Amino acid sequence: MAHDSSHEHHANVDHTSMGIEKEHPTWSTYWKVATILTLITVVEVWIYYIPSFVASRAFIPTLLILSAVKFATVVLFYMHLRYDHRLFRVLFTAPLIIAMTTIVALLFLFGKLSARTGLT
Amino acid sequence: MTHAAAAPSAHDDTHGHPPTSTGLDNKKIAIWAFIGSECMLFASLISTYLIYKGRSVVGPYPHEACLPPGCSTPLKAILNIPVTSASTFVLLMSSLAMVLALAAVENKDQPKTTTGEKILGSSKLWLWMTAILGATFLGFQAFEFTSFVHEGLTIRTNLFGSSFFTLTGFHGAHVTAGVLWLLTLLAIDYRRGLGPKDAINVDLAALYWHFVDVVWIAIFTLVYLIK
Repeated sequence: MAHDSSHEHHANVDHTSMGIEKEHPTWSTYWKVATILTLITVVEVWIYYIPSFVASRAFIPTLLILSAVKFATVVLFYMHLRYDHRLFRVLFTAPLIIAMTTIVALLFLFGKLSARTGLT
Repeated sequence: MTHAAAAPSAHDDTHGHPPTSTGLDNKKIAIWAFIGSECMLFASLISTYLIYKGRSVVGPYPHEACLPPGCSTPLKAILNIPVTSASTFVLLMSSLAMVLALAAVENKDQPKTTTGEKILGSSKLWLWMTAILGATFLGFQAFEFTSFVHEGLTIRTNLFGSSFFTLTGFHGAHVTAGVLWLLTLLAIDYRRGLGPKDAINVDLAALYWHFVDVVWIAIFTLVYLIK
């Protein structure tokens, strides 16, 4: 497709003010990302219906990892954090780290997590 | 700070924003800061849900059936995973439509010869698609909430009901705001057309929309899938 030559893209877009450091992905990349996100979701729901896997210790870590991969994929490709100015990365990841640390700390505090047994 | 403000001035006459010390549009910095603060809002709601999980004295419960004496009548597990999986897929596809809408606006000036290029280059089509998919997600949520109420779970029933409706209700309110934002962009597109110079404004809406999507990715796993 003619639009895949990335440097013809966005001729009148103000790259500097939008913080675009690397050219944004092409349409074909967006479709591939959507396919990957769909496949991961299918796997998540599929393992939910396998009783032996749900009962195993791998169930929760697997779901958390798959969810984290989906989260990172959307943020990096659809929100363009992989391509845009590093200030945006700082503005997003710093509060995210605080938020995740808070969740983990509260779960420990209220006895939902234990250093020995994991999720209770 | 005069020298810092003067540096990016090459852009201000053509793209309609005043010079900034970073060279970046303040609106985009603001939306990222807003998204960062929203991360902490949803973290508080998610941690509340997780802390109260499994501590409801009466049913219905999310993943387990509720039998007497916990419930006056036997109640099945209330979460409907197939329906929520479908709504998750809808929201993921809305993110794809949103990013295609932004690409269409950014590439508005590019010549389009083939039918495929014309479809991919139609900002109206992709904005409509995103708004419709967002509204469909809200429809799924309305269906879910209604069925929960019919099965005896309200925001006042138990700790699960309180934390669940608060968390998913806040998310639904964010989706509603996103749909309204998309409709305003569509109105502008019909009125005067969105072009590359409007890319920043569409980008702001897109960032908000994708954030709503990533929050749902977390909620879907933590609330619906983890038993």
